Amino acid sequence: MKREKHSKATMEEIKSKYPPQKSSLIPLLQECQNRFGYLPKMVMEDIANFLNMPSSKVYGVATFYAQFRLEPLGEHTIKVCHGTACHVKGADRVNDSIESVLNIKSGETTDDGLFTFERVACLGCCSLAPVMMVDDTVYGDLDREKVKKVINRFRGDSE
Amino acid sequence: MKIMLGYASCGIAAGAAEVEEVLKKEINKSGIEVDYRRVGCVGMCHNEPIIEIEDDGVRYTYGNLEIEDVKKIVEEHLKKREPYRKKLVVPPEQEYDYFSKQKKIVLQNSGVIDPEDIDDYIQKGGYDALQRVLNEMEPGDVIEEIKNSKLRGRGGAGFPTGLKWQFAADTPSDKKYIICNADEGDPGAFMDRSVLEGDPHAVLEGMAIGAFATGADEAYIYCRAEYPLAIRRLNIGIKQAEQRGYLGDNILGTDFSFHVHVKEGAGAFVCGEETALMHSVEGERGMPRPRPPFPAQKGLFGKPTNINNVETWANVPWIINNGAEAYHSIGTEKSGGTKVFALAGKIRRGGLVEVPLGTTLREVIFDIGGGIEGEAKFKAVQLGGPSGGCLPEEYLDTPVDYETLTEAGAIMGSGGMVVMDENDCMVNVAHYFLDFTQKESCGKCTFCRVGTKRLLEMLERFSKGEGSEEEIERLRSLASKIKSYSLCGLGQTAPNPVLTTLRYFYEEYDEHIKDQHCRARICRPIITYTITDDCVGCTRCVEECPADSIQGEKGSKHVIQQGMCVKCGACFEVCPVKAVEVE
Ligand SMILES: Cc1cc2nc3c(=O)[nH]c(=O)nc-3n(C[C@H](O)[C@H](O)[C@H](O)COP(=O)(O)O)c2cc1C
Repeated sequence: MKREKHSKATMEEIKSKYPPQKSSLIPLLQECQNRFGYLPKMVMEDIANFLNMPSSKVYGVATFYAQFRLEPLGEHTIKVCHGTACHVKGADRVNDSIESVLNIKSGETTDDGLFTFERVACLGCCSLAPVMMVDDTVYGDLDREKVKKVINRFRGDSE
Repeated sequence: MKIMLGYASCGIAAGAAEVEEVLKKEINKSGIEVDYRRVGCVGMCHNEPIIEIEDDGVRYTYGNLEIEDVKKIVEEHLKKREPYRKKLVVPPEQEYDYFSKQKKIVLQNSGVIDPEDIDDYIQKGGYDALQRVLNEMEPGDVIEEIKNSKLRGRGGAGFPTGLKWQFAADTPSDKKYIICNADEGDPGAFMDRSVLEGDPHAVLEGMAIGAFATGADEAYIYCRAEYPLAIRRLNIGIKQAEQRGYLGDNILGTDFSFHVHVKEGAGAFVCGEETALMHSVEGERGMPRPRPPFPAQKGLFGKPTNINNVETWANVPWIINNGAEAYHSIGTEKSGGTKVFALAGKIRRGGLVEVPLGTTLREVIFDIGGGIEGEAKFKAVQLGGPSGGCLPEEYLDTPVDYETLTEAGAIMGSGGMVVMDENDCMVNVAHYFLDFTQKESCGKCTFCRVGTKRLLEMLERFSKGEGSEEEIERLRSLASKIKSYSLCGLGQTAPNPVLTTLRYFYEEYDEHIKDQHCRARICRPIITYTITDDCVGCTRCVEECPADSIQGEKGSKHVIQQGMCVKCGACFEVCPVKAVEVE
């Protein structure tokens, strides 16, 4: 997924789309995160000024919700589903496979910046359990081999 | 001839996009005129990807398709007009028993219409109910009708919907809101996603009717961000409905106006709770507040608000069209209609299942779902996600209904139904849910914030084979305090998965703490992997082991160094001759 660099101009463009009121806070954070891949400190301060609230408030909201990240993400995000159905069908094994293939733990990003790996609660594709999502695509009925194959495909993509 | 491709999230995950590419190409090549459309989820997730063909009034369902099958279907069915029997789910003259005990109200259009085309919905009688309400009924009549239908909230608690509407209608205010709760946070549940992806207009129409009945003119649909396709289809639906005058100002020429917005959640389970949800829409941290005041008195932005779940809304047009009596006659005395369940786990035929309330668990799991997948025996069914419980075999004849399930120690919940077999450890399942609620607790109430953590630590000790009977007693006592001293349903129900597993599967706890034994061989600290004499020395496990704990040369028997083994089971999975044992 391509990400933009944040600049004054992009921030102005984003802000112009929202009325400067409190209920715009989460949608603003969401759009910034979608475009920049994470929420840099400067962006949060900028939003605080725009909405006329203390930046601690923006930070408080950003850290409450699991969706927001304060550190840059890798080029691809791998989300391993840990819903109930996936749990009983071996989500832990999928987790292990990814850890050993990428050599990182969940929540971390690979050194080459290619992958960020996270655990998520449920992707709602329970009949295909265990599943994972890479960027916006869901992969189901996973086993060790399939996990490797999918990751390798993405490695090939970016070369 | 009409060709429909199941194009909901699960279909796409199973390969619907690739199927579509080939299907379109092959149809083009063949030059045959067909009416092709993408539809939502038909509910047979176990057969995805699915193509349905309507040919001379007969419906042919093809499932579990590979690319080669798609070519064959075009070749055989479209060109030669011969059904491609090999991939028919059932012969068209036969009823698929997966559907015979189901009754479709909420899912009546899902998998049948193109969810991105309002005309498809209208053709099926869509927006007739709204028209009738606006032309022939008073708000009070609508509320009466919903009350008589005995529709109850499908978001989990089962509050009578008509009564809730009455409260909102009775609060005088210059401004009122409607909310559709599409946060669907329970792990193991995907009913709401499928409804939104398969039939978004049914939800929008239901909301418009509710707005008319309660006197609201604006609405928010709060949808979790993990459902991008549902959000997309909702936005398309809203735009189309506005263009046709079913939403917006002066709907259908009356003085009733109603505007709908979609709000994307930001990943917090507690935001499914109604007061937390409203805080989130307002731009705050999603933390619950005490009730009263109830949303019907003081809700979103301080205004009277009526909040219902996606599935609740989707029932409304049907009730108006068919009458309260027809709806009530489908369910039980106290709860009318159907409930959609997301059937998953160790089940042969998983998917979305809609059954009349009062259907037994056995009918759902065995008659519809086809029973357990594989050789193992049924152990438990988990209902209601992290707020619910696990019921054993003896309870399979329990009818699904709010009261009976609560009595048994589970809850109806939002509709997740996860089936477990002998290879699942109940201590581990309890630990799994506690881990979830402990992470998702918003931190406001001490007993929920700290208490769930302490419960989790106890469960962690049990799964290591530590702990004692006294500790189990301490756990029970803490559990009851968490239930009493938490503000919202998250804390009030968080101990349920532990309490029901203790109630029905005590012997498993006992084995863990007394004998350091996990009969399902799940709890890593107390299981051991060993390699038997069947080993052929192929080194597959040596290569696979992430901890480098297996020693062995090609051709000679391998050995696991127990001290280094992380019990991940990689060797067990890859061994070609099944020479790895776990005890
Ligand atoms: C922690 C928690 C999470 C909840 N999550 C949801 C949810 O995801 N979807 C939902 O419809 N209701 C959820 N609820 C229930 C809502 O608070 C509320 O009762 C429901 O939206 C009312 O709609 P209904 O009457 O149509 O069921 C949750 C409640 C709690 C306490």
